[in-house]
Amino acid sequence: MEEILSVKNIRKSYGDITVLDDVSLNVSTGEVVVIVGPSGCGKSTFLRCLNGLEEIQEGQVILDGKVIDTEKDDLFSIRERIGMVFQSYELFPHLSVMQNLLLAPVKVKKRNKKEAEAQAQELLERVGLLSKKDSFPRQLSGGQKQRVAIIRALMMHPEILLLDEITAALDPEMVREVLEVVLDLAKEGRTMIIVTHELAFARAVADRMIFIDGGKIVEEGTPEEFFDDPKTDRLKRFLHSFLYED
Amino acid sequence: MDTEVLSSYLPLYVEAFFLTLKIGWLGIFLSFVLGVASAFIIHFKIPVLSAVFGAYVEIFRNTPLLIQLFFIYFGLPKAGISLSAELCGIIGLGLLGGSYMSEAIRSGLDAVSSAQTESALALGMKKTEVFTLVVFPEALTLSVPAIVANVIFLLKETSVFSAISLMDLMFTAKDLIGLYYDTTEALVLLVMFYMVMLLPVSFVGSVVEKKAGAGMFGE
Amino acid sequence: MGFEVLLKGSNLIRLLEGLAVALKISLISVAISIVLGTILGVIMSMDNKVIKGITRVYLEIVRIMPQLVLLFIVYFGATKVMGINISAEASSVIVFSFWGIAEMSDLVRGALKGIPAIQYESGIALGLSPVQTNIYVIIPQVIRRLIPLSINLITRMIKTTSLIMMIGIVEVLKVGQQIIEANRNSSPNAAFGVFLTIFVLYFIACWPISRFSKYLERKWET
Repeated sequence: MEEILSVKNIRKSYGDITVLDDVSLNVSTGEVVVIVGPSGCGKSTFLRCLNGLEEIQEGQVILDGKVIDTEKDDLFSIRERIGMVFQSYELFPHLSVMQNLLLAPVKVKKRNKKEAEAQAQELLERVGLLSKKDSFPRQLSGGQKQRVAIIRALMMHPEILLLDEITAALDPEMVREVLEVVLDLAKEGRTMIIVTHELAFARAVADRMIFIDGGKIVEEGTPEEFFDDPKTDRLKRFLHSFLYED
Repeated sequence: MDTEVLSSYLPLYVEAFFLTLKIGWLGIFLSFVLGVASAFIIHFKIPVLSAVFGAYVEIFRNTPLLIQLFFIYFGLPKAGISLSAELCGIIGLGLLGGSYMSEAIRSGLDAVSSAQTESALALGMKKTEVFTLVVFPEALTLSVPAIVANVIFLLKETSVFSAISLMDLMFTAKDLIGLYYDTTEALVLLVMFYMVMLLPVSFVGSVVEKKAGAGMFGE
Repeated sequence: MGFEVLLKGSNLIRLLEGLAVALKISLISVAISIVLGTILGVIMSMDNKVIKGITRVYLEIVRIMPQLVLLFIVYFGATKVMGINISAEASSVIVFSFWGIAEMSDLVRGALKGIPAIQYESGIALGLSPVQTNIYVIIPQVIRRLIPLSINLITRMIKTTSLIMMIGIVEVLKVGQQIIEANRNSSPNAAFGVFLTIFVLYFIACWPISRFSKYLERKWET
């Protein structure tokens, strides 16, 4: 498989506090990488470094063989290629669902409106929300909003999709409808880097699991080795904290 | 009440009404432009200018329009700047209103969460696009209740124009009371015309507020 | 630039005395507004249909009628219609209180409504009596919201009292005009200096108060 994204020894700190310390990762086309770890371990920051929402102090992010230079490169064209979905959906409240989907493709990328609309319809249909196309974000449930946020990112034809704890703000009964969309995307071979707390989902969707703790990658492996045969004590303890029996 | 007196006064009031409306709305237009510019400058902390506009907002929010008008109309000519009474009214109202609009729009801008900016950036928008397509429209809709309140406040403030001898509604009422002592008729017409001027704005305002206010889109 | 007239004789003192007249009227009006406005606000939050109807008309009148119009109605109109002679000072206090009570009552109602019901319920759930819940849980929160807003009302009241010169009260602006008039020959530019000084005086009177109100608002933000 062809390598699309490569992260080399990045370090990120806020003042004296180091959030990410010498983290490296390679992602191939079509691969689904799932990152887990305790709260505050730096996993969300890691995602945000990949599309330049956070600056890194050391190391490199290489997209498709080209080093991203946050100083020189036009970050916005890189962000078109790396889509991102947030925990809090962040739909634009002043725009309808359809307008949310069309804003970036039509207003920013100047794509043909008819064509973009057709794509939006198709995506809405696929996530079962075509009837909501003229609704406003506040009329939707959390799960519906998050499905719209996912296809809003897809509208830009990103090569990689970053999902940052997209089910963390949802009521339990809505988690499934969102995760099913993600599983569907994985099946069609989309490259994704996912940060989540849903371990069962992680196991189902991941090609590779990564455990970050204290700003470092502590362990990584296939879902089977990761969950059934963890090597490090820290991962064992982390996985254990999700179980109720002792 | 004497209806004959009422009808003989009416044309005077109509004329004064349109003058008040003209100066009022031109002043409000100016205040909106000034308010948006000032809010933008202060929000983005543009060097030097943000200090200047910050001081402007504080000064004009903390002094009465009447004093501002007296200074502009009677004081400034002594420093070589002479403006017509109408222009003074528009500028005075615009400066006062600008400081209020600036605060209204700025708190709207502050209320748009940084996560909104990030998600717009994540969609590949440039910084200017993030502002014009996402942050500013959102901030503006969040500011609607405050802007409506300011418009009503500014229309009411036009009542002090008479102090710089503009022949507005107040001036007409005061003049007629002084000349003919038909106090009741003069006051009834005064109240009526202010109602004509402000009731529709108040009504439209509360409808718009319900639609756009507090981020209640799509209701 | 005409500042020299202020140093002549007791001119500056007279100007300050004029400001004191305006401040006195605004403080009396604020005191009345806060007391009666709070009472009205509590009554309004009781959700009685009749009271709601009446207060709504009252608030709408205050919302759309310029204070100067109200001042004219009371000062000129009352004398004419009711045959009673109300002094200019009394008219000012009546009108500004009429306006201030409306503003204050709306603030109180808003602050009361703004406390989520769950706060009340959780007080009860902890075993507090309804009265205790009000004293220890609800009222302290309401007061925290209200104090900055009521302080803000003071600056608005001070600014509004500049209008009283229009019904002939000798306050700072009127004194200023008199000084300019009296020195028309010796200081032809007095209008600039005097009006700028009054401008600054008002700013000095209002600015610290509005800063203080903002400071409290930030400090108590929840």
